[in-house]
Amino acid sequence: MTADLASLLLGFQVAFQPSNLLFMLIGLVLGIIIGVLPGLGGANGIAILLPLTFAMSPVSAIIMLSCIYWGALFGGAITSILFNIPGEPWSVATTFDGYPMAREGKAAEALTAAFIGSFVGALFAIIMITLLAPLVAKLALQFGPPEFFAVMFLAFAAFVGLGGGSPVKTLAAMMIGFLLAAVGLDTVTGQLRMTFGSVELMRGFDFLVVVIGLFGLSEIFLSVEEGLSFKGGRAAIRLKVVFETFKTFLSHWALAIRSCIIGCFMGITPAGATPASFMSYAIAKRSSPDGDTFGKGNIKGVIAPETAAHAAGTSALLPMLALGIPGSPTAAVLLGGLMMWGLQPGPMLFVEQKDFVWGLIASMYIGNVVGLILVIACVPWFAAILRIPFALIASLIIVVCAIGAFSVKNAYGDIVTMFVFGVVGYVMKKLQYPLAPMVLAVVLGDRTEQAFRQSLLISQGDLSIFWSRPLVASIMAVGFFVLLWPLFQKMMKRPELKPQQG
Amino acid sequence: MTRFLKNLGFLAALLLAALQVTLSPQSASAWEPNRPIQFIVPAGTGGGADQMARVIQGIVSKHGLAKQPIVVVNKGGGAGAEGFLEIQGARANPHMIVISLSNLFTTPLATGVPFNWKNLTPVKMLALDEFVLWVHAESGINTVADFIEKSKAGRLKMGGTGSRQEDQIVTVAIEKATGAQMTYIPFRGGGEVATQLVGRHVDATVNNPIEAVGHWRSGALKPLCVFDKERLKPVEKITATQSWADIPTCKEQGLDVEYLMLRGILMPPGVSPQQVQFYVDLLKRVAETPEWRDLVVQGAFNTTTMAGKDYADWLEREEERHRALMKDAGFLHTQ
Repeated sequence: MTADLASLLLGFQVAFQPSNLLFMLIGLVLGIIIGVLPGLGGANGIAILLPLTFAMSPVSAIIMLSCIYWGALFGGAITSILFNIPGEPWSVATTFDGYPMAREGKAAEALTAAFIGSFVGALFAIIMITLLAPLVAKLALQFGPPEFFAVMFLAFAAFVGLGGGSPVKTLAAMMIGFLLAAVGLDTVTGQLRMTFGSVELMRGFDFLVVVIGLFGLSEIFLSVEEGLSFKGGRAAIRLKVVFETFKTFLSHWALAIRSCIIGCFMGITPAGATPASFMSYAIAKRSSPDGDTFGKGNIKGVIAPETAAHAAGTSALLPMLALGIPGSPTAAVLLGGLMMWGLQPGPMLFVEQKDFVWGLIASMYIGNVVGLILVIACVPWFAAILRIPFALIASLIIVVCAIGAFSVKNAYGDIVTMFVFGVVGYVMKKLQYPLAPMVLAVVLGDRTEQAFRQSLLISQGDLSIFWSRPLVASIMAVGFFVLLWPLFQKMMKRPELKPQQG
Repeated sequence: MTRFLKNLGFLAALLLAALQVTLSPQSASAWEPNRPIQFIVPAGTGGGADQMARVIQGIVSKHGLAKQPIVVVNKGGGAGAEGFLEIQGARANPHMIVISLSNLFTTPLATGVPFNWKNLTPVKMLALDEFVLWVHAESGINTVADFIEKSKAGRLKMGGTGSRQEDQIVTVAIEKATGAQMTYIPFRGGGEVATQLVGRHVDATVNNPIEAVGHWRSGALKPLCVFDKERLKPVEKITATQSWADIPTCKEQGLDVEYLMLRGILMPPGVSPQQVQFYVDLLKRVAETPEWRDLVVQGAFNTTTMAGKDYADWLEREEERHRALMKDAGFLHTQ
C-alpha cells in the first residue's frame, strides 16, 4: 500500500514534466472536439492519431491518447444537451433530461451538471484504481459469459417499465431494437443474418448511426414542423450560473455516489460506459420521489448518467492494463498502441513498467482536473451556440450528423441509414412510442444475445447455469428484484389494481 | 474533422517524405503512388490484423518510406466480407491494399459471400501467425497426453475467436486427430479468449502467442504445444525458465495437427506489375526496420515471407486445405 503511494508520487513526477503537461492539453482539446462531433468517436480519433505518437516516449504518448479519451468523454455531453445528438454512445441517456433543460433555457446548468458529474465519476474511479487495482483485476476475472449476461439482464431490468407510457409500446420498441441488433454477422454461428445479400446490411446497424438519426434528425424534423422555433436562446448565460449549479450538484451527493458505484461496477465487468449510463439513469428515476419529472428536464437525469458513464469509462481502463482485454473500442485501439511502443499489456505490466502505469494513473488525476476547468470555462460559449437562429443551425446540424454517420465506419450507406432512422424516430415520437428502450436494445442486444448463447453452450442447454454460482446468482437476483419492484410498489399501494408490467 | 485529422497526418507524412527526398534520393521506381494509400483491414480495431496494419502505417510514416501517407480503414462487417468485397470491386485501383488473415478463405466458404481471393492480386506474405495450445496453469494438465486423456474423459470447453474461423477449425482438427469431443465457445477477440481461460470459464484455447504471452509470464497460463512443423524460433527467456523455443510442437507430442495463419497483403484486380512491385519493395523495406523486427519477436511470428507466383501458389494450396478442413467440419455454406 505505502509502496503503491510512493509509485503514485513517482507517477506525478512523470506526469508533471512540462512536455507531458503540453501533450495532456493537446489531447484534451482534441478529445473534446472529437467528442463533440457525433460518430467520429474516441476510438476513431485515437486510431487516426496513433501513428503520430510513435516517435514519442510511451508515457507521453499514452498520456496524450488517454487525454483524448477523457476529452471525448467530456465532449460527448455537449451536443447531447444542446441539440439532442449524442456525440458518443454513453451520452444517449444524457439527452433524456439534458435536451429538455436546454429547451427551457437552462443549457448552462445542464452542461455544468454534466461536466461536474463526469469529473466526480472519473475521480471516484481513479481513486478506486489507485487503491484497489489488484483486487479489481481479480473481480474482473470472475466474469464469464453467464455473469456477463446477468449484468446485461440487470441493465434491461432496470429499464423495463420505466417509461410512463403504454407498456405494450415499450415492449414493441424494445423488440424492434433487438431485431435491428441481430442484423449482420452472428458471432456464435459465424453466419450472416437478415442481410439479404446486401453489403450495407452485413455491417449491421451501427448504434451511433441509428441514434444520430433517431434522436438528432427526428428532433430537427419536429422543430421544423413547429415552425423553425428553438426556445433555448433567451436565457442569460453568465458564469454565475456555473457556480450555482455547483451548489445544486453538492445537494445531490447521494445520487452522485450511487452513480459512481454503478459506473465502476459496469466498467470492471467489461460491460462498459454505455449500459452504465442507462442503468444509472433508470435507477435514479425510479428511486427519486420526483421520478415523474425525469425526461422533462430534471437535473438529476443529467447527473446520474454522466457520472456513471465517466466512472465506467475510467475504470474500464483497468481491465485493459491488467488483463489485456479492452473494455471499449477506444481501449482496444490504445491496446494496439501499447504493443507498438513495445509494452505488453497484461498482468506483468504493473510489475515491470511501474513508471508507465503510475505515470498514466497520475495523468488521469491531472488530466481530469485540467479537463474540468477547460470545459467549465467554455460553458457560456457552448451555451451561446443556441442563440444562433435555428434556420442556420439546423442545416449545420444536419451536415454534422451526416459527417458523423459517415465517419463511424467510413460508409456512405450509413448516411442513408441515418436519414431513414430520422424518419422512423419522427414517426415514433408522433405515435408516442418511446425511443429509449429501442436504443437500449440496439446497443446491448447483440452482446446480450451472445452472452446468453455462450452460456448455454457451456452448460449444454441447461438454464441453471444462470444461478449455479454465487456471483451470477446474486446479480440475477438483483436483476429480478429491480424488474419486479414497480409491481411490488403497485401492489402495496393499490392491491385491487392489476399490475401492468413484469 | 476526420478530413482535418487526415490532413494533419497527411501534412506530417508529406513533411517526412520531403525530408526523405532531400536526404536520400529514392531509386527511380517505375510507379509511385500519387494519392494517399487506403489500407483496408477486414476486421475490427484492436485485433491482430489491425495492429499489424497500424504498425506498418507507423513505420512507413516514421521512416518516410513512401511519398504518400497510408490511411488505415477498418471494414470488418460480415467477418471481413465488407472489406474484401470493396477491394474486389475496386478494379485497377493502385491506391488500395488489404491485409488478410484466414478469413480470406473462411469468410466466403462459411457465409457464401460472392468473393474469392483469386479475384485479387497477391502482393506479399508478411509472416505467418502461430497457434499454441494453452491451458490454465492450475488445471493439472501438463502435457499434450494429459490433455488428450482429459478431453476423452469429459467434454472440455475450448474458447476461441469467432465461429467457423481459424480457432474453431483448429479445434475440429484436434477432435479429428484425437477422437475426443469438445465444446467450442466463440468469443469476439483473442484478448477476451485468453482472459476467459485465466478466469477458468473455458478449459483450453488455441490463442496466438501475442494474445496470451502476458498471462504466460504472470504464471496464469501454460503452453502445451505449438501447431507448427518446427518449434518457434525466439530463444530469449519469456518466463523464468522457458522461452518460445522450449514449447514442443504438437506433432512431437503425438497430436498431429498443423495450422498457421496468413498475414499477407493483396491488391485489387487489374493492377499493373509495376504497381505490385512498388508495394513489394515498400513492404520489404518495412520488414528491414527495427520496429518490425520487434513486432515479429514479440508475437513469435513465423517469418516465412514470399511474393509473386510462390505466394499465389501458397494461397491456392491453403484455400484447398481450408475447403477440405471446413468440409470435414461441416462448416461450408449451404444454400
